[in-house]
Amino acid sequence: MLEFMRSLLFVPGNNPGMVQNAAVFGSDAVILDLEDAVSLQEKDTARFLVVEALQTVDYHKCGIVVRINPLEYNGGADIAAVVPAAPDALLVPKVQSAADIQAVAAQVSAHEKPGQPEVKIIALIETPRGLAEAYAIASADKRVIALALGAEDYTAALGAKRTRDGLEILGARTTLLNAAAAAGIPAIDTPFTDINDEEGLRKDLALAKQLGFKGKLSIHPRQIEIIHEELNPSKEEIRWAERVVAVIRQAEQDGVGAISLDGKMIDAPIVLRARQVLKVADVLQGREV
Amino acid sequence: MAKLLKPAQAGTLESGDIMVTIVPAGAGAGVSIDLESIVLLQYGPAIQRTVEEVFKTAGIEDATIRLVDRGALDCTIRARLKAAIFRAGASEGGEHNA
Repeated sequence: MLEFMRSLLFVPGNNPGMVQNAAVFGSDAVILDLEDAVSLQEKDTARFLVVEALQTVDYHKCGIVVRINPLEYNGGADIAAVVPAAPDALLVPKVQSAADIQAVAAQVSAHEKPGQPEVKIIALIETPRGLAEAYAIASADKRVIALALGAEDYTAALGAKRTRDGLEILGARTTLLNAAAAAGIPAIDTPFTDINDEEGLRKDLALAKQLGFKGKLSIHPRQIEIIHEELNPSKEEIRWAERVVAVIRQAEQDGVGAISLDGKMIDAPIVLRARQVLKVADVLQGREV
Repeated sequence: MAKLLKPAQAGTLESGDIMVTIVPAGAGAGVSIDLESIVLLQYGPAIQRTVEEVFKTAGIEDATIRLVDRGALDCTIRARLKAAIFRAGASEGGEHNA
């Protein structure tokens, strides 16, 4: 189940050991990858392996996402095979338009078995055109539960070099975030690809959190704990949120309109943010993070 | 009843995987299984049963099957068998959930 999407770990779909052990690393979701991590000649065997794993492996609380191939590269076969095995969501790569999502959603709908939970869609935006269409994509179908950014293909298309500080994708990040927020769904950040650079990953996560990302794609298990540490609400944030909620309750009891905390005005958006922080903190409490 | 059209292979020799090779056999030859496994003593009969079940479900009555097992779980064995049958031309791509 996709209760949280702080961390989504890519696992090659044709590697039995990794597919069956994917949940042990503690990520909120695993992405069983049928696309880039699988060579062209092994697409069929990977599909069979992922389907069998979905039907038999216990992934416990870990959400199960399958990255399918684009429809023009036999993604329809992936959908036909995988959807009846009931993953939580499909990660659809290289989405360029609302029509792309609608085409996938129609095929998903056609292959769902009666009574199975609705298979959701996470749209991976990794082209300039996809970014330009991000809001239309995010609101194209009710199955779409998140937008995710794939910055490697995107910067390649721009002709920009990927750097450690990520300045070249700042515009893409904020554009994606705005589109997702406008559609009322979360945005998931691009992977940090240097698996040996922990400090760089932490800085990247701090920026992503500051911008508004709720989760991050990951390409290596060792990144998961760091992602959770950086994206979880800090003790200070939780304390602040508790104080905001306490102040607003008191103001409601007293019938006071305008209120402040530490000299700063508390209005509806502040209260909303505080409640969001507490909601996440509540769910995380008692759960191994 | 389905028929294998050509020899086919699926899987790898990596740890946790199984390499499946299947070859069509003449009508009435039956299914013959040659299994090499690092866990043969403990799991050999279970693997054999899985192979027979998958082939029976696929409706294949005649085949020569060679398996080199590197400690694959049952779901991996099933996946590799089904992939090999698919590659041998005896099943359609949509029959993953059979």
